[in-house]
Amino acid sequence: MKPASFDYAAPGSVAEAVALLDHPDRETTVLAGGQSLLPMMAMRLARPELVVDLGRIPDLAGISERDGALVFGAMTTKGAVERSELVRRRQPLLHAATRLIGHPQIRSRGTVGGSMAHADPAAEYPAVALVTDGWMRARGPRGERTIPAADFFVAALTTALAEDELLVEVGIPVLPVGTGWAFTELARRHGDFAMAGTALTVRLDPEGCFSDVRVVVFGVGSAPARVTAAEEVLRGERPGPALHRRAGDVVRDAIRNPLADIHASGDYRRHLAGVLTERGLADGVARATTRTDVS
Amino acid sequence: MTAGGGHQVRLRVNGVTREAQVEPRATLAELLRTDLGLTGTHVGCEHGVCGVCTVVVDGRATRSCLMLAVQADGTEVTTVEGLTGVDGDLHPIQEAFAAEHGLQCGYCTPGILMALHALLAEDPGAGEDEIREVLGGQLCRCTGYQSILRSALCAAADVRAAAAEGER
Ligand SMILES: Cc1cc2nc3c(=O)[nH]c(=O)nc-3n(C[C@H](O)[C@H](O)[C@H](O)COP(=O)(O)OP(=O)(O)OC[C@H]3O[C@@H](n4cnc5c(N)ncnc54)[C@H](O)[C@@H]3O)c2cc1C
Ligand code: FES
Ligand code: FES
Repeated sequence: MKPASFDYAAPGSVAEAVALLDHPDRETTVLAGGQSLLPMMAMRLARPELVVDLGRIPDLAGISERDGALVFGAMTTKGAVERSELVRRRQPLLHAATRLIGHPQIRSRGTVGGSMAHADPAAEYPAVALVTDGWMRARGPRGERTIPAADFFVAALTTALAEDELLVEVGIPVLPVGTGWAFTELARRHGDFAMAGTALTVRLDPEGCFSDVRVVVFGVGSAPARVTAAEEVLRGERPGPALHRRAGDVVRDAIRNPLADIHASGDYRRHLAGVLTERGLADGVARATTRTDVS
Repeated sequence: MTAGGGHQVRLRVNGVTREAQVEPRATLAELLRTDLGLTGTHVGCEHGVCGVCTVVVDGRATRSCLMLAVQADGTEVTTVEGLTGVDGDLHPIQEAFAAEHGLQCGYCTPGILMALHALLAEDPGAGEDEIREVLGGQLCRCTGYQSILRSALCAAADVRAAAAEGER
């Protein structure tokens, strides 16, 4: 369980890091918190020739609020997100999701950018980015670009980032006042990757009916996915157990090729996604208020 | 930047500045155990799951198998050897584990002690929920965890009492 030999570089700036990535003939990997990459290297699933450590670049970590979004430097640790009062207040969905990632001992080093770039199908952060309409800011040899979360997560461990691009910032819009939310998942043990999960946001109109609702499932397919068919079933309707069950059924039916492994069969994951949607809707509605005077 | 070539690292371990030449692929666990002879830090799965290698890096519980030695350059590390006082006195957390039978074979113990140490140093008021959450990241194959939990709760009470004493 030791990584194969590699060269190591710790650039002092993003520009230097990008220059190091710009060598198509050399297998280069970026190292952030190392909580996914180092296990993969130990198991020799990854054998980079050069490891570019982002840990020595100043200003790549930090949390701020800008244009209605919380902006995270890619190297911000999950521990820092968890402790952030700003996140707890302005984006409680993200706070709740953070506490489900591994253990404090993992969150101390694992980064926001690392979870997005790694794109594990069962990871919590990509689901949060998708349900909140978040975005990723990438820097490469051709300059910077912003990629909406909806276009970023392509498949298992595959994102829209090019080989020579670095993820520098992650934007997660704040949750407007009055918006309900829920983050549910089921894992075999606390801290394990989820077998299935849902991330939801809920807005109610003055009559108490769903005006806007977003449903994202993760851990069941190769990437987190919005289930618009379930959202359509809910919109304009009055919340209640029967309706939530119907939405759960729609989610179950919408999942075409569920993941399957020794921990959970495809059918079980699909079943869980339906149940968790139902539970999430109840939580989300309970947290939503019908106030329309605030935003 | 040569393959397998030596990188000079300098870090503080248990309050003492230490230096070593390491390969890029060497983990912090390897640096501590092999180069610095601090074998109190154990190694099990070497991919982050079991927690026996947990040490405190810059105040936070960290898997030393998931941190390269080169990444530890310039950091402040505390290992289980650093819990014990200079005169060999056991730390209150260690006392609690001895008193409440928090170990059997003891293989998992260094990691558990350090994970709890980081928690209680940051939040001396940590209660059972916080303790359970941290213990959730540490595997034990012997005890069934109940005696570990009991020891940890006892340790938390002792650390709180010591903190209150210090404030007086
Ligand atoms: C025991 C354990 C339990 C875990 N449980 C969970 C869990 O429940 N949920 C969960 O989501 N995760 C879990 N993880 C994974 C953890 O959250 C990782 O921290 C995360 O997946 C990767 O972040 P990192 O900063 O550690 O990145 P690294 O491991 O350093 O990198 C991961 C990948 O992303 C790339 N990368 C990283 N940063 C950038 C960047 N800025 N630009 C471009 N590419 C980049 C790297 O090249 C690499 O391919 C767990 C890990 C362990 C060890
Ligand atoms: S050896 Fe580090 S977590 Fe198992
Ligand atoms: S006491 Fe033996 S593994 Fe925990």
